[in-house]
Amino acid sequence: MTAPTVPVPDTAAHAHAHGGHYTSLGLDNRKIAIWTFIGSECMLFASLISTYLIYKGRSPEGPYPHESWTNPTTGEVFAPIMNIPVTSASTFVLLASSFAMVLALAAVQNKHVPKRTTGERILGSSRLWLWVTCLMGVVFLGFQAYEFTSFVHEGLTIRTNLFGSSFFTLTGFHGAHVTVGVLWLFSLLAIDYKRGLTAADATIVDIAALYWHFVDVVWIAIFTLLYLIK
Amino acid sequence: MATIAAAPPYTSTATEPGSTAIWSWLTTVDHKRIGVLYLITGLFFFVVGGLEAAVLRAQLAVPNGRIVSAEMYSQLFTMHGTTMIFLAVMPLSAAFFNFLIPLQIGARDVAFPRLNAFSYWVYLLGGVFITVPIFFSVAPDGGWFGYAPLSTKAYSPQINMDFWVIGLQILGISSLAAGFNFITTIINMRAPGMSLMRMPIFTWMSFVVQFLVVLAFPVITVALVFLQFDRFFGTNFYTIAKGADPLLWQHLFWVFGHPEVYILILPAFGLVSEVLPTFSRKPLFGYPVMVYSGILIGFLGFGVWAHHMFSVGMGPIADAVFSLTTMLIAIPTGVKIFNWIATLWGGQVRYTVAMKFAVALVGMFTIGGISGVMHSSPPADLQQTDTYFVVAHFHYVLYGGSIFGLFAGMYYYFPKITGRFLSEKLGNWHFWITLVAMNLTFFPMHFSGLLGMPRRIYQYPSGQGLELFNLLSTAGTLLLMIGTAFGLWNVWKSWRKGEVASSNPWGAATLEWTIPSPPPEYNFAELPQVKSRYPLWNMRGGDKLVHETTTEEEQGRHIPTARELGIVMPNPSIWPLLCAAGIIVMFCGLLFMETSLTAAIAIMVIGTMWWVGSLYRWLLTPLEDHH
Repeated sequence: MTAPTVPVPDTAAHAHAHGGHYTSLGLDNRKIAIWTFIGSECMLFASLISTYLIYKGRSPEGPYPHESWTNPTTGEVFAPIMNIPVTSASTFVLLASSFAMVLALAAVQNKHVPKRTTGERILGSSRLWLWVTCLMGVVFLGFQAYEFTSFVHEGLTIRTNLFGSSFFTLTGFHGAHVTVGVLWLFSLLAIDYKRGLTAADATIVDIAALYWHFVDVVWIAIFTLLYLIK
Repeated sequence: MATIAAAPPYTSTATEPGSTAIWSWLTTVDHKRIGVLYLITGLFFFVVGGLEAAVLRAQLAVPNGRIVSAEMYSQLFTMHGTTMIFLAVMPLSAAFFNFLIPLQIGARDVAFPRLNAFSYWVYLLGGVFITVPIFFSVAPDGGWFGYAPLSTKAYSPQINMDFWVIGLQILGISSLAAGFNFITTIINMRAPGMSLMRMPIFTWMSFVVQFLVVLAFPVITVALVFLQFDRFFGTNFYTIAKGADPLLWQHLFWVFGHPEVYILILPAFGLVSEVLPTFSRKPLFGYPVMVYSGILIGFLGFGVWAHHMFSVGMGPIADAVFSLTTMLIAIPTGVKIFNWIATLWGGQVRYTVAMKFAVALVGMFTIGGISGVMHSSPPADLQQTDTYFVVAHFHYVLYGGSIFGLFAGMYYYFPKITGRFLSEKLGNWHFWITLVAMNLTFFPMHFSGLLGMPRRIYQYPSGQGLELFNLLSTAGTLLLMIGTAFGLWNVWKSWRKGEVASSNPWGAATLEWTIPSPPPEYNFAELPQVKSRYPLWNMRGGDKLVHETTTEEEQGRHIPTARELGIVMPNPSIWPLLCAAGIIVMFCGLLFMETSLTAAIAIMVIGTMWWVGSLYRWLLTPLEDHH
């Protein structure tokens, strides 16, 4: 060969667990890709949230999020739409799910460590914590379904006004992201039941966890900007 | 460079038997083959977009032209812009990203080979999806920028803009997937010693472009989702009567649209920055400044979008800010121009066709750049906006810039891609006709524009001093088609019968020239150890800086297969193609929303199950056999 080549030093730092390929940073490619993806998703949610905020207060017709509105033709009175106590509860569930996700990842990373006490066995159960994370995600989606249906009953649909269009589109996009996350976690659970997740699988759990945490963080922004700030 | 037309210099054992069969192309995950697919498909759509432009120019050749109707004219200019931007220039750039980035950084493939195949198939199928309607006279007709509310159901009730909204969503998936892939590849797949500041400039500019893609495409995705929801589900994002802001679309679109301009030009800048040093036999002048100015262009590119909107009345403060940022961006661009000139200065310049296209880019882009700076002044822009002056401006930067850069890259890298040279004789015809024709087409548009001829009109009256300029532009277009035909004939002929090339026929300096032409599937038998920006010049030059290899010294050399070397390569996979096809089916369902809601939902459910199922099969199949 004409190439100026010398053998590559096969250092442990550069040959990661999966496949043993050389990488420049010694990190798994999938981890860099998921961070890039999250950066891109930031722009997606930034555009959705900006549109909601730009359109806030521009709608000539109600119902409105934080103020009541009387229909001038029918005289019907619409109460403020946002139900902050209920959404606070669902927010708590979603944020708590991130904690369960951390425990699930730790459990997978420490699979090889022997467990002596019952407490260690509980903490070390990847299936338990993946189930808890999944179920909390499902509970959050249940809250969202309840919220959407009650809004529709109160007279706000995606077609009603600018608030309805931008609210349902933004929170719907977030809900779709949670749904993808739940399916992702169920897929990991399926692998866990089929062959058992080991410490070598930490990366695939790690990237799912990064996605899950990102979806949670976005919800913090949405909850603050849409629900709490009047 | 001896004329050997018979056998390639290498005994061709590098590829597996039967690898030319269709199935191997459908399942390939090799970045080089995917690059070739992008190149051929991109050239095909370049011809399609060119023919659309030819009809437009034929219509405008004389006043009150009657070749096409106003409706057809709208479809043609919309599809000309959409095709050239999303189906020709971006994919031709992607051809070089695919082929070159792994070779330039010393990697065996991209980070995610199957995702790479997926990007290509989504592009191809999305391109077909958005192009086919023109044959049934139902092509998108709202301009490549699709301004809402004009593109909403109220003003565009036909199916035309549905194809555009959905088609652009599909093409966005392709670009985003490629963006994640190439960023990861460049960050994490560099050979030992290939530090960021040793990377070839083409890889650097590609790196910047991928960041622009992953940050800009989500914004147009959101704008398109709003439009899609407005059209299909009756939301109010662009319904002015419901209080919507008529500028929302314009802001979202141009927050994407201006970085898109740099997505189109920076790859060409990168290619030219490879061609000029090789044919000047000098390192690129001011390498670090070239890198920083590329990054700065990318960064500033996100802060200039509203200069597309001076005429909407944003007020003096917004106008002033966007005017200043637009003028600022001329500085790093100017720096690049001067650095290219300084690279030529004192060099042993060889005017090959690749070099001619590269030098022509420096001149032509500068003309387009100067008229661009003229637009940065809001009062001047108010006179020029929506006239042919703007058309002249962006064709100088896109044809004289992007296309010339891509042609320079094509002539320069063709020997590496195919193992054969493009003919210099046909190439000279291609270059000189294109250069003359391009100026003949677009230079008169400066005058017709300043005389007040508006864009996107299908007829103009006589007696306004526009006849001569329009006739010249149309004559130029005819000549451009002849020039392009020479180029395509050259590609067709040289691919099969061209003069055989050695591994480093131009005496170039970077890693891709250390391996055979065409490269074996594994690229590098051993990962290279990089010690400088110009590994070949420093390590092989001695007294002589440049060494051109010849086919004689490489004749008959055996290139070992991956198996002989014990290199594990990714397995071919059909799942990326099937996954892409499922996504297209899912989006097609939206087209039936008006006719039959049940059919629409059924098609979308089938499409979703199709692509999700394919995705699971893809993810559960290991990339490569275990060692």
